[in-house]
Amino acid sequence: MTRTLLAPVRALGRGTRVFTLAVGSWGGLVIDAVRALRWVQIWAPLTLRQMTRIGVDSVPIALFIAAFTGIVLALQASYTFTGAIPLYFVGVLVGKTMMLELGPVLTGLALSGRVGANISAEIGTMRVTEQIDALETLAYPPVAYLVVPRVIAGTIMFPLVTALAIAMGIVAGWITAIQLLELSTPEFVNGLKLFFLPFDVTYALIKATSFGFVVTSIGCHFGFNTKGGAEGVGRSTTGAVVASSMVILVLDAFWAVLLL
Amino acid sequence: MSIEIDGIHKAFGDNQVLRGFSVEAREGETLVILGHSGSGKSVTIKHVVGLLQPDEGEVRVDGERVGGMDIEELFRLRRKVGFVFQFAALFDSMSVADNVAMGLRRMKEVSDEEREERVREALRVVDLVGFEDRAPSELSGGQRKRAGIARAIATRPGYLLYDEPTTGLDPITRAVVDRLINRMKDELGVTGIVITHDMESAFRVADRLAMLYEGKCRLEGTPDEFRNSEDPVVRAFIEGRPELMEEAE
Repeated sequence: MTRTLLAPVRALGRGTRVFTLAVGSWGGLVIDAVRALRWVQIWAPLTLRQMTRIGVDSVPIALFIAAFTGIVLALQASYTFTGAIPLYFVGVLVGKTMMLELGPVLTGLALSGRVGANISAEIGTMRVTEQIDALETLAYPPVAYLVVPRVIAGTIMFPLVTALAIAMGIVAGWITAIQLLELSTPEFVNGLKLFFLPFDVTYALIKATSFGFVVTSIGCHFGFNTKGGAEGVGRSTTGAVVASSMVILVLDAFWAVLLL
Repeated sequence: MSIEIDGIHKAFGDNQVLRGFSVEAREGETLVILGHSGSGKSVTIKHVVGLLQPDEGEVRVDGERVGGMDIEELFRLRRKVGFVFQFAALFDSMSVADNVAMGLRRMKEVSDEEREERVREALRVVDLVGFEDRAPSELSGGQRKRAGIARAIATRPGYLLYDEPTTGLDPITRAVVDRLINRMKDELGVTGIVITHDMESAFRVADRLAMLYEGKCRLEGTPDEFRNSEDPVVRAFIEGRPELMEEAE
């Protein structure tokens, strides 16, 4: 009886222990990555390629998501505002929402699937096929070779991709407003400018930068700690996507509390 | 010039793999370490290049303690100890030539021209000329092993560690790889440690053998000493007769 009652407490304890160890292990990898910055000749040539893979190759999916988000935002704003609030507020809502929330968060979540899963699967496969050990035997520090270029590339490219996504979302909202709603371009632009603050862009880019850092570093962490062949690679990949998605949402709230 | 493995202990959680294993690979010889699957053979040679650190005991290469080395010293050590992995561990995203050139890229003293020459030379030694631009996925098992050996010898190491170099190969390819191991010793003067449980291959390449059993060295000696051993554990292993071991227990 007592054992049954204590089971949830034990499970909570186990979960807390696993979570704490995972955070500690991720933190250790981040510290190793900072230390590995001294091997510039190893990570620098690889960073540009990772910026292409992580950033440039992610642009189509980010723009696709942003475009449809912009369309839906414009239509929902019009549906909500009609008869109550001037319709040019559609521009306010599309601009503010894309910049402050949906641009960074949806791009972050989409890229945590695309980039985080890719990094985790690639490094995880290298781990289980001893390619990481091979790197070490060839006198390459694996963190400098695998982690640093990816984390730098993600941290630089996520804000750029997010900026493009925000622009695409606003353009899609504007086209929707002038084509499907009774709104002109000047009205939409007036709405867009009405509550615009340059800080909105800074806020979006700060969030996107932090998302880029966590998605890539968490992907690397799960990849590095992969065990047990193909099944282990699958487990790591899923873990990386779930963990980075959750951290993105927590960070989203954290930045809102801290900066707004 | 030698590799000394001196009384190393290693445990992974509750699993005590090595319990004071000692053996020495002397200059210019090929030492074969035998043992059952999971006996700790691969764990042992990973200590030689500092991929693992022993819980107790120490490994010395040319008299230098591997355990006390910092990362730069480990890099220097790894340039003189080539490692051939069980499944080659070639980098999937690179061509065969790029794989072979990887270690050389870390050697500042090697120019681009010399690097290309050394890659060609290493591929010639393992009979893979013409395979430079192939991806690892386009190679057969034997070709992958030979490409792994080419990568390990490109930096001209004094030592080569082979982790089960003939596992999963057909008899002809096994003989080819064994011949290659002997060529490394005879032509390049490389000191080798070969990890295997393939007895035919072991006797083809070994100058001396050591059997790892229950974390310790059960027997160390020449091929003839192994063939003539009356230790039931050794006999059971080299003859592939588990009943001898059961009788001994």
